[in-house]
Amino acid sequence: MSDSIKNVEEKNGVVVISTNGYFNNIAGDAVLEVFNEKMESGSKKFLIDMSDSKVVNSIGVSILIEIIEKLQGVDGKMAFTNLAGIVEKTFNIMGITKYCEVYESIDAGVEKLA
Amino acid sequence: MKNPEVELKLPVIPDIELTATKTAEVISKHMSLSEEKTGEISMAIIESCINAFEHSKTKEIYIHFIVSDDKLTVKVIDHGKGFDKSKVEIPNIENKLKSERKRGWGLQLVAELMDTVEYDSDESGTTVTMTKKKEGNE
Repeated sequence: MSDSIKNVEEKNGVVVISTNGYFNNIAGDAVLEVFNEKMESGSKKFLIDMSDSKVVNSIGVSILIEIIEKLQGVDGKMAFTNLAGIVEKTFNIMGITKYCEVYESIDAGVEKLA
Repeated sequence: MKNPEVELKLPVIPDIELTATKTAEVISKHMSLSEEKTGEISMAIIESCINAFEHSKTKEIYIHFIVSDDKLTVKVIDHGKGFDKSKVEIPNIENKLKSERKRGWGLQLVAELMDTVEYDSDESGTTVTMTKKKEGNE
């Protein structure tokens, strides 16, 4: 697994991807790779836990837009949890939060997505 | 020192922009800026650095932090080929979802995160001057 991914697990049909460190293009590509693998095996619900990614850049976040686009084609969903304030603000400015909910914890996100 | 100035010279290597955000955190603490403002300054610096790295085609950039009583001024300077800001499209996610190119958010983010932003660019380089007021807007 990439250094940018701390953990991947499935909870109640939701794929929880926990990221690690600076969310740049490398981290974005790492999440996209996990997403593609899981989507190919039928998963449509994803929760991205960013508790260990307090700093992002727009190149990494842009890769998440690609995931949103792919999920729209299969009626899937992606949500986020444990966002630092500036990360959530960045997501708001870029419009990510128009398409993805933000939850306070992994458990809350899994409960809503499942 | 009450109103220090700090200058960084950054080579173009992966993730070097994080050096500038660490400096911004120290300066923000010195100015007693809030965590929210500190995050906004750091994110604006990251985006300005990335733009400079990608578009200037130079081997190094310079960042100046200028502290004054009421605000922090940050200048991101490169001696590259310059760019025409009027030709940069304002992004929105609806268009990005349909487009092959998902990137292109840097200028928009900096504009939204800082209190003022000015671009001075010609064929000898680009200077981005951005400010964050010490008080207000929270």
